[in-house]
Amino acid sequence: MKDQNKEVLYGLYDDEEILLKAVRQAKDDHLDIMDVYTPFPVHGLDPLLGLSESRLHQAGFVYGAIGTLTAFLFMSWVFTRDWPIIFGGKPYWSVPAFIPITFELTVLFASVGMVVTFYTICGMAPGVTNPTLDDRITDDKFCIAFQTNGASEAEVDRLRSFLSSTGASEVNSKTI
Amino acid sequence: MSAPVSPIREPLIEGGKTYHQITEDICAPTERVPSMAWIIAFMVAVAGLTLYVFCVTWTIWVGIGSWDLNRTIGWGWDITNFVWWVGIGHAGTLISAILLLFRQRWRTGVNRAAEAMTIFAVICAGQFPLIHMGRLWLGFFIFPYPNTRGPLWVNFNSPLLWDVFAISTYFTVSLLFWYTGLVPDLATVRDRASGLRRKLYNYFSFGWTGSAKHWQRWESLSLVLAGLSTPLVLSVHTIVSFDFATSVIPGWHTTIFPPYFVAGAIFSGFAMVQTLMVITRKVHGLQEYVTLQHIESMNKVILLTGTIVGVAYLTELFIAWYSGYVYEQFAFANRVLGPYWWSYVGMMSCNVLSPQLFWFKKMRRSLFWTFVMSIFVNIGMWFERFVIIATTLARDYLPSSWSYYTPTWVEIGLFVGTLGLFFTLFLIFARVAPVVAIAEVKSILKVAGDQYIGPNAKHHHHHDHETTTKSTDTHH
Repeated sequence: MKDQNKEVLYGLYDDEEILLKAVRQAKDDHLDIMDVYTPFPVHGLDPLLGLSESRLHQAGFVYGAIGTLTAFLFMSWVFTRDWPIIFGGKPYWSVPAFIPITFELTVLFASVGMVVTFYTICGMAPGVTNPTLDDRITDDKFCIAFQTNGASEAEVDRLRSFLSSTGASEVNSKTI
Repeated sequence: MSAPVSPIREPLIEGGKTYHQITEDICAPTERVPSMAWIIAFMVAVAGLTLYVFCVTWTIWVGIGSWDLNRTIGWGWDITNFVWWVGIGHAGTLISAILLLFRQRWRTGVNRAAEAMTIFAVICAGQFPLIHMGRLWLGFFIFPYPNTRGPLWVNFNSPLLWDVFAISTYFTVSLLFWYTGLVPDLATVRDRASGLRRKLYNYFSFGWTGSAKHWQRWESLSLVLAGLSTPLVLSVHTIVSFDFATSVIPGWHTTIFPPYFVAGAIFSGFAMVQTLMVITRKVHGLQEYVTLQHIESMNKVILLTGTIVGVAYLTELFIAWYSGYVYEQFAFANRVLGPYWWSYVGMMSCNVLSPQLFWFKKMRRSLFWTFVMSIFVNIGMWFERFVIIATTLARDYLPSSWSYYTPTWVEIGLFVGTLGLFFTLFLIFARVAPVVAIAEVKSILKVAGDQYIGPNAKHHHHHDHETTTKSTDTHH
């Protein structure tokens, strides 16, 4: 996008089941799909597109562990090293009393970390405008997009006929 | 895509909707000029908000002496209101998180509004401990930050501090969860808008495109956030109950508090969801998305949790008697028969007796009774917190310091004022954002739409037939 505009040929489908059939067909025909855009998550699409499972939850685990350690080590340091105070006749290092805050910070770190990561890797932020192909994709159209930069006319025609033969109700091209 | 669905399941989306129709129906309220009903409701809410600002200003200007708290009764309406609002703020995350993990499809109709309600309720709740500090401008003292007094740290062993962490974490996580769910729907509104409206929704939809990979991550994120929010929502009211349970006041010092508070929170939260949804679905014309089936499901939760709360009340009384400990026995005898007996009666009748009405299916599916009951439960749960706080404190160890407490106009104004704050926020939300999760409703259409399941289904045998039905519908 920054260096070169993408020339995109895309087809709009009316239903996710037609879309899934088309994507399966594209896979069989060894066509290189740039991306698929849908109004809601369509299950069964990821394996057809060869998308590996998201590792976001692994990142979440790491963030959570950082939260656990931050909370627990910090409270331990404060109450045993920095400013030891006896509360209610309990030991300085009163571990059970640290559990609630340790738990809360684990959840807080994991959630905030995952959400920030999600928006960052998706290239999303307040005010960001990412190019879209059609306004109806967030409504009721399911879109298969092919990048056609440098493709010969014959190749583009092949893609075009693929889209219409698999049931696309509209086939358009756009430079984004 | 279509998962197997039992044919006896009732449809959750009525009116034979197409995807486009869902977009139209749910976006419509944000796109038209506000109705007279909304304008009047908004003016009333803003009047309440004004009262709130006035009473807060008064409290800070004059001091906490403008309340009727005294040395015996140090917590009154303020903490009652705090716990009440926090409790209400539990339904949203419960619906969105726990029901997501349990794969309850009916959550999609109500989760968005319930989560919004949660966030606004927690905002209202957070006001009270802050104002109660008296010196609001020193409110940051509750956070552990390096300071020039040592540094002197906060007491990490105190349940009141746990509460600070629990409520602020809960607020943050709920807000992130809610907003992340909202982003694709804001993009839907963006793509229908033009001019300034489009610019604004473009800003708030973060550049959402609907790419397959983004949806995959979005679902993964939602699932993990749900998994994190589930213990979180249970922890929050548990910790709120620790504010009382870890003290050594008879009547507070009980191990039953955490589960009893959590059940009560779910109970009151669902009641507030019902109050809001019965009105919102009507005003926004969303009866086909928030169906009687949804209302009935929530009424079942109310019946269950109300009964759990009832069992908790009786258990408390039984254990007080069974303990053989006179101070405990006195605390509970005083709770039922003492100077605040009327609040105990209010609590028992609103929370335990009245929800029993929902054993009858007809009542569960009656909008009128649902609404009446939701108000009853809201009142009853307020009484519950008042009973726990005020009656217990009013009769403490020394009879010479026994006391009685009635709120001043400032305290009443603060409570009514937070209702104003809450409804102002909710009314704005209902105008600017889709109150039903558009993408999530679309994703269950084929397994929960009434043209696919239920008595009016066009085809009982799935798949290819249904695709043709669908596409002919779209062409109309």
